Amino acid sequence: MAIELKMPALSPTMEEGTLAKWFVKEGDEVSSGDILAEIETDKATMEFEAVDEGVISKILVEAGTDEVAVGTVIAEMTGEDEEAETGSEAAPASEAREEAKPAPAQEEKPEIMEAAPPAPISRADDPSVPEGTAMASITVREALRDAMAEEMRKDETVFVMGEEVAEYQGAYKVTQGLLDEFGAKRVIDTPITEHGFAGIGAGAAMGGLKPIVEFMTFNFAMQAIDQIINSAAKTNYMSGGQMRCPIVFRGPNGAASRVGAQHSQNYGPWYASVPGLIVIAPYDAADAKGLLKAAIQTPDPVVFLENELLYGRSFEIPEIEDYTLPIGKARIMREGGDVTIVSYSIGVGLALEAADTLAGEGIEAEVIDLRTLRPLDTETVLKSLAKTNRLVVAEEGWPTCSIASEIIAVCMEQGFDDLDAPVMRVTNEDVPLPYAANLEKAALIDSARIITAVKKVCYR
Amino acid sequence: MAKAPRKTTPAKKTEAPKRAPAKAKPVVHSTGGLKAPIYRATKAEMLEFYEQMLLIRRFEEKAGQLYGLGLIGGFCHLYIGQEAVVTGLQSAISPGKDSVITGYRDHGHMLACGIDPNIVMAELTGRASGISKGKGGSMHMFSVEHGFYGGHGIVGAQVSLGTGLAFAHKYKEDGGVCLAYFGDGASNQGQVYESFNMAELWQLPVIFVIENNQYAMGTSVNRSSAEDQLYRRGESFRIPGVQVDGMDVLAVRGAVEEALKDVRSGGGPVLMELKTYRYRGHSMSDPAKYRSRDEVQDVREKSDPIERLKAALLKQGVSEEDLKAMDKKVRKTVMEAADFAEESPEPELSELYTDVLVEQY
Repeated sequence: MAIELKMPALSPTMEEGTLAKWFVKEGDEVSSGDILAEIETDKATMEFEAVDEGVISKILVEAGTDEVAVGTVIAEMTGEDEEAETGSEAAPASEAREEAKPAPAQEEKPEIMEAAPPAPISRADDPSVPEGTAMASITVREALRDAMAEEMRKDETVFVMGEEVAEYQGAYKVTQGLLDEFGAKRVIDTPITEHGFAGIGAGAAMGGLKPIVEFMTFNFAMQAIDQIINSAAKTNYMSGGQMRCPIVFRGPNGAASRVGAQHSQNYGPWYASVPGLIVIAPYDAADAKGLLKAAIQTPDPVVFLENELLYGRSFEIPEIEDYTLPIGKARIMREGGDVTIVSYSIGVGLALEAADTLAGEGIEAEVIDLRTLRPLDTETVLKSLAKTNRLVVAEEGWPTCSIASEIIAVCMEQGFDDLDAPVMRVTNEDVPLPYAANLEKAALIDSARIITAVKKVCYR
Repeated sequence: MAKAPRKTTPAKKTEAPKRAPAKAKPVVHSTGGLKAPIYRATKAEMLEFYEQMLLIRRFEEKAGQLYGLGLIGGFCHLYIGQEAVVTGLQSAISPGKDSVITGYRDHGHMLACGIDPNIVMAELTGRASGISKGKGGSMHMFSVEHGFYGGHGIVGAQVSLGTGLAFAHKYKEDGGVCLAYFGDGASNQGQVYESFNMAELWQLPVIFVIENNQYAMGTSVNRSSAEDQLYRRGESFRIPGVQVDGMDVLAVRGAVEEALKDVRSGGGPVLMELKTYRYRGHSMSDPAKYRSRDEVQDVREKSDPIERLKAALLKQGVSEEDLKAMDKKVRKTVMEAADFAEESPEPELSELYTDVLVEQY
């Protein structure tokens, strides 16, 4: 039996080509690697090599033939070791091909209808705080530090690395005291080399450790974004669930104060668009602590977005041991029946401020803190919308392709019948953040703008 | 005006250095006092190397064939010509203790790690029985069980990740070393040097393995590298380097043993440059206009790693028939892998949504 030589596909998209030239003739002996023919496509001329040893017995397509379809038998050869090999060599390849090729094409359409994405799930509530639990007032900065310290005490494989995290005690003092308690092995100062240490962190996570990688700010993580997305986020999927990357990338995100365009940007929407990542952006100290602990514990990669302007703010936090919160659960910060304001991170403070003012004018706003940006708790948002029938999203960030856009899409797709007014978004202006004090103020979201939007959707 | 790159050493053209005769002292290009003796293999070991290299070659030839038949899609980078590199290196490490990571030209590394050819081939054809359930493809394969950490599609990313694996070895004090493979192309990426810096700073147990196959896609080393003697690329980080004939499996094995000794004794990272050559295009859709057919043919005739070892085996009294029988056995293994890969079903559509995250939230 002869081995069939078929017109090869030389690129993922090639369907046909020109058989430009034969370098062998019938009766020639060839061995693997010998160039048999030259094939031209619209893009290039390429050589077609022999993969088996044997003798060319028949040339079926002449040199110079155009539009030879991929898969056409262009020549036949006899194997070197005829009896022993041809049986297994030629037959299964061609048979299997005929089976394999058309089969998926036929089945594709109906099956895709069946494979629906998993339905959104109801997520666990926050742990209940028993009556009489003592409350402590701590800053967001301390809450984050305590979360890391508690997890590091529990799990030897947790460590912190980043610029100035150890001896300097943190550029924003978030890692204060960790070096003293855990030593230089687990609290590691890196050179200024975000791309490199993000990759080293991700590799260490693949190797079985649980790194917390601090970026001095997320603006600098742009240098490292390839490792965050292409390595950390995609590995579990690409490996069919074999190889994990339990890592937390954390640091301040969003506008600070008068630091200009390159140091003032909200990356929430960027990371939240990536399947395979968890994205958390807390507002108050209790959520910062409870969610950072959850982020460190989870086997999935997490981008944990903090806010520099919130670090120094104090909040009440229940004194509960191992205070851990569920990832993916939004929090109703204030109940109200007239309108829903959805926000996250620093925007939550502005939304609450707006809600207080609005209450004085007879509008009761429900304020939802998303807390986790991926996966989004659409259930909580839609439930509130069903109650208030009006919704505003407040986001310290750009409007285009934002979390606000996403929430609006969710409301349109899944809450359309509940809407009594269009959903509005209140965001920063669509410009790089300016330095001048007056321009910066004009560019950033504030509670007055939220109030205006709320009145609009309430037709007041 | 671009300044012509300064040549500190006469640039070696594509031809790999000739293997020195067993008794003569080979000239070693190295920094930091690294040695690179030729390994004195037993006949059994040589046969093992031969079989391993043959398996990689036949596997890759078959992969190329399946690609031509449309059974493998996308990008597919073949390892043909470079077999001695991974065979020599992998033969020296301890499976289960050490870790391995590489770029997208990864099929050979997986076979050399002892991973079943069936599930590698089935991944290439995108089937459910593939090592990544068909969700990774040629460039994205992993086997934590075999200490193989990928299979990475972004040029240079594996160098930082491999440095991280070495960080984990040191942190856990498990005595492991990471072999981080990358090409001459990746050796110009910034994160490679960021990783060199931290690896030396923290004395991490990593061997940076540059597989210099002379061409980054279509750009030759000389056209892309101001310092084309890549074993020197660690010098400003105080990382010792050694240049090895990557077409000679015994030279590779000899050099890596020395490198491993150095790293395992706590000396920090070592850089190895393996001068090798890929016979096929960068990927399957490579018109190969950047080099002549004669150049490729010349390397094949004079330096082919398999033919060289075959000659040595024949000299040692192994019979032509024995080698032929081995070839037959390897062909059979590869045929079976191809059959398995063609006959396995495609993944269930429900797999689309699995493994995005580990946990349910």
